[in-house]
Amino acid sequence: MDLAQALLSGNRRALAQALTLVETGGPQARALLGSLFAHTGRAHIIGVTGAPGTGKSTLVAALAAHWRRTGRTVGIIAVDPTSPFTRGAILGDRIRMRALSGDPGTFIRSMASRGRLGGIARATGDAVALLDAAGFDIILVETVGAGQGEVEIAATAHTTIVIETPGAGDDVQAIKAGILEIADLLVVNKADREGADQTVRHLRTMLSLSDLPADGWTPPVLTAVATRSEGIESIVAAAEQHLVYLRESGRFVGREQERAEHELRLILQETVLERVRARVPVSDWETLVAQIASRMIDPYAAADQLLDRMMA
Amino acid sequence: MDRPIRVLIAKPGLDGHDRGAKVIARALRDAGMEVIYTGIQQTPQMIVEAALQEDVDVIGLSILSGAHMTLLPRVMELLREHDMHDVLVVAGGIISDEDAQVLKDQHGIAEVYGPGASTHEIVRFIQERCRTRT
Repeated sequence: MDLAQALLSGNRRALAQALTLVETGGPQARALLGSLFAHTGRAHIIGVTGAPGTGKSTLVAALAAHWRRTGRTVGIIAVDPTSPFTRGAILGDRIRMRALSGDPGTFIRSMASRGRLGGIARATGDAVALLDAAGFDIILVETVGAGQGEVEIAATAHTTIVIETPGAGDDVQAIKAGILEIADLLVVNKADREGADQTVRHLRTMLSLSDLPADGWTPPVLTAVATRSEGIESIVAAAEQHLVYLRESGRFVGREQERAEHELRLILQETVLERVRARVPVSDWETLVAQIASRMIDPYAAADQLLDRMMA
Repeated sequence: MDRPIRVLIAKPGLDGHDRGAKVIARALRDAGMEVIYTGIQQTPQMIVEAALQEDVDVIGLSILSGAHMTLLPRVMELLREHDMHDVLVVAGGIISDEDAQVLKDQHGIAEVYGPGASTHEIVRFIQERCRTRT
């Protein structure tokens, strides 16, 4: 049985090996994703993001456990950063997810960001597609500890949950551009700490200042204490409501198209680069790089030159 | 194609001392490996399940509790049950020479490291043994 067939039949080892393959990339990975594409599009994809230490892993585990109790299966992809110096990484998100082990209805995969800066890895979208094809109802994607610019998850997920904690910045932080703008749900975690009410108020004020369409979705601001599984039920309910909203308002099609376009762009960028590198001898490539570094040619002209060679 | 070596570091059994495991995890990270750190008090089932989902090349088991002669063979048995013969397993901790020999000869643990082992030695061993993988 080939890998795609094994994955579709529910073989977990095959799924794990397929994940390794798409992380590595290359023609085999593309063929696999191509053959599985028709089996995707069924899962509710949910992104969970927030600064380091806000409790993303704990919340993801609590959400997954809740969905499991209602009979839904859950796939989890947890992304942690790769060292820019050694290419190594410590992937530690499983520590907080031990309550999920031994359950055949969940599958957890840790992923290193491998140099990508948007908060997820290059292959995170592909990994989501594999879990989707494998039949998981809910797919939770936990980003690296995000700051203000790691917003790529919004282009991968249907529903994005942004986690804040009490006392993290004033109300001007809340109206800055970036991570708060991508939230479909805002969760103030560690809500048993001092200042939680104030953080909730700041976030609500921020939302009331933004231009939300009257018939649109207003991101709810919810509170949770993930370590004690408090507030989890209302987060699950809100995430499900968000999916219903996307479907009933017709915005689901729009989100799917945005997701499709994002994927297509990434694949094109990668494929074009790969083909150029395959066609152009390494020595020519190195010569061009040296010429740019010594200001003999500008990088735009160099790129044009390479593309022209491809067309010729 | 070139990909980083993936290693699962786990602590089977009940002891809660994970400083050694963290030192190793950090050393492997600095050697360019992707280290999945699962934390303390892992059962053999949890370890093998995590290794399967993470599709790791290597499992590093740190054990100080003295229960290594029951827990480590159980991990190896479960790996065989799941057809995961290609995963390299190394162990570290307070393990006597006699026990280490039995774990290597009879249970298929690739190497056993005591408290004096250098991280360089461990990194080099893993790199060499993984170089031949597909």
